[in-house]
Amino acid sequence: MTPKRRQKLFVILGLVSLAAIAVGLTLFALRANINLFFSPVQIAAGDAPIERTLRAGGMVKKGSVSRDTETLDLAFTVTDYVDDVEVRYSGILPDLFREGQGVVVVGELTPDGWIRADEVLARHDENYMPPEVAQALAEAGYSPEDYQANAAEVAKGMEAQAGDGDARQTN
Amino acid sequence: MQTLLIPEIGHFALIIALLMALVQGVMPLAGAATRRPLWMAYARPMATGQFLFLAIAYLCLTASYLLDDFSVANVANNSNSLLPWYYKASAVWGNHEGSVLLWSLILAGWTFAVSHFSRELPRDMLARVLGVMGLVSVGFLAFVLITSNPFTRLLPNLPDDGADLNPLLQDFGLIVHPPMLYMGYVGFSVVFAFAIAALLGGRLDAAWTRWARPWTNIAWAFLTVGIALGSWWAYYELGWGGWWFWDPVENASLLPWLAGTALIHSLAVTEKRGSFKSWTVLLAIMTFSLSLLGTFLVRSGVLTSVHAFANDPSRGLFILALLGITVGLSLVLFALRAPRVSHQVGFNWLSRDALLLINNILLVIITVTVLLGTVYPLLLDALNLGKISVGPPYFNALFVPLTVLLCLFMGLGPLSRWKRMDGRDLFKRSWLSGLVALLIGMAAPLAYGGEWNLKVTLGLVVALWIVLPMARDLWAKTRHSAGRLAGVKRLSLAYWGMVLGHLGVAVTIIGVTVVSNYVIERNVRMGVGDSVQVAGYTFTMTELASRRGPNYLADTALIEVRRGDSRREFVMEPEKRLYLARGMPMTQVALSPGLFRDLYVAMGEELEGDSWAMRLQYKPFVRWLWLGALLMAAGGIMAVADKRYRRTVTVRGPEGAPTARAREATA
Repeated sequence: MTPKRRQKLFVILGLVSLAAIAVGLTLFALRANINLFFSPVQIAAGDAPIERTLRAGGMVKKGSVSRDTETLDLAFTVTDYVDDVEVRYSGILPDLFREGQGVVVVGELTPDGWIRADEVLARHDENYMPPEVAQALAEAGYSPEDYQANAAEVAKGMEAQAGDGDARQTN
Repeated sequence: MQTLLIPEIGHFALIIALLMALVQGVMPLAGAATRRPLWMAYARPMATGQFLFLAIAYLCLTASYLLDDFSVANVANNSNSLLPWYYKASAVWGNHEGSVLLWSLILAGWTFAVSHFSRELPRDMLARVLGVMGLVSVGFLAFVLITSNPFTRLLPNLPDDGADLNPLLQDFGLIVHPPMLYMGYVGFSVVFAFAIAALLGGRLDAAWTRWARPWTNIAWAFLTVGIALGSWWAYYELGWGGWWFWDPVENASLLPWLAGTALIHSLAVTEKRGSFKSWTVLLAIMTFSLSLLGTFLVRSGVLTSVHAFANDPSRGLFILALLGITVGLSLVLFALRAPRVSHQVGFNWLSRDALLLINNILLVIITVTVLLGTVYPLLLDALNLGKISVGPPYFNALFVPLTVLLCLFMGLGPLSRWKRMDGRDLFKRSWLSGLVALLIGMAAPLAYGGEWNLKVTLGLVVALWIVLPMARDLWAKTRHSAGRLAGVKRLSLAYWGMVLGHLGVAVTIIGVTVVSNYVIERNVRMGVGDSVQVAGYTFTMTELASRRGPNYLADTALIEVRRGDSRREFVMEPEKRLYLARGMPMTQVALSPGLFRDLYVAMGEELEGDSWAMRLQYKPFVRWLWLGALLMAAGGIMAVADKRYRRTVTVRGPEGAPTARAREATA
């Protein structure tokens, strides 16, 4: 083998082994860190794993948000209008979290059937519905119009709340 | 009214620009292939004309925003008469249509710059470069006109007022982040065009690299700043103090950055040593393809985030087709022509060439892992295999160790010599720095946090390992008979650029390490009169007030902050705003920034009994993250200012080898 060839061989061997390590690490990391999405129906049916990080979502049930009076602990119910699942969380909710609207939570399902949420995600703007939630709702027999009408109603309520100091131009 | 015609003028200008781009894409390339100077001469005037007409189109859209012309759908959906004028002007790119128009304008701007500053390029090379850029532009202008026309009217039922800009975007960040990022994304089209031109012409020599390098560095610097601005914006805007989320949209900007970083290093080898040629070309193709992929991910609506404005499948398909054509054609061309430009140059395993090869391999591996984590969920979803998400743990588990490995080699890079060097010499130059880095890295967490912390040690050792050998090398290089200053002057700007760039990486690593490990976060319930202690600072809520902004109502908390027992105190005023047009609430964070620590106060939600959920954070060294990025970008720009790029390069050394020896000391 000429030195040039040998060098080439080393480059190729090095590349292949590095790529193999990278792929191995990647697949391992992917396997350990993938979060699957579950709707309340699937959770109620027992499809979701216990005490593993998962994502769940649906609509926040109206009137279900309850706060502790001393701490920042709170609980609410996520529903796809077929089944419900209780979510407990400690901390600050995102600005656009609202009863009657879509939400996705990241957390672990406890053996008792409620979710210990580490993260609560709401939308970035008022027209947006998390796609997983939209699909879960569609599977439960709800059309986008249903929850959009619902959302519009909530928005109207909000505006009425803010309306007093509101000198918005109307013409 | 005259204003009524503005959108139509813009629309026509856009169509003219598309036609010019078409001529610019076809004629010069055909001319270069058939050696017809007249055809090639189309390139420069068309580049100028295209830029001019796109600028007109862009100004027309901006005018419609500033004049509140709500008969234009784009304006009606994204602006409001109450919006301050500077947000009106930047709302142009705060939506899908306008941002693609900005993309095209910036592409035309880069093309114009190339046609203006690269006049000394060989005629056929210039024709090919501008031709390729013209073709890219054709793709994007067709995309704008066919699927995303920003000038569409809402007639005759025009609304009285606009739906307003998303309040998240009503911020200084919107004014600076997208243009910077786009300058970077689109800037990589220049080196891509150079690469394709080299393949078409079958010629890739030292002169080529000297033309391509400055453009690549500038684009890379813009992208660096753009990403840093995005991170900084997210930090204070989203209201919970994170600065990097491994969100697919962030990854979309990180991917071309990683590939671009590999590219600027591989270009250095190609210029100095005449090797790595086909690899450089491949990286150039890859970098721009990742920019396009980023555009696809962000603009197609397959991702859900702040950045995904529109959810129109035809748009996604169009960009995907554009991406497929670009990548497919370039790779086919590469496969056919790469053997013609490649050139074998031997080097020893202990040499700067080899270290830069390792740098490239590692950067590409990092790019691939990030890419995989970003598109894997999308692929599964597209194939109906379930909805998954890949979270930060995946990225951290891969990105951090690979980066540490990269930095270990990075420390040696500046010390090493081209072609071959003595291992003992390298050891002699670096062992002391390594030892000092190790000692400081071990001791610092004990001194700072009181207990030893492996992650902090690792981060600091790596950062110091980048800086110390380089500092020692700098000290040795500036030794001069006429004194230090003369020694400093002797070093080239390209060398200083490298020093600054690497220093920036170290600074960012220190920032990431310290803020990730020593951040103190407390979420508390506070009413008027309540005090909370965080990291030696006492936060006292003194007052809750309401106020009115131009287009929002706000609840404001006055928080008095006192450090330890000191007498001096200052007030922080976080707000919870309700934007009226959309009825959308927003958290306005109060920040007390500092070089060594930020105090971060945000209002959560109102609780019963006149108290609020408050987020109080102490974030040490968080500014270093962005400071490091600025240093990197400054390094990239400084390297471009080197005098060898300002000279007209006409003499081509045989594969650049003789010139490389002459500049061995400088780069």
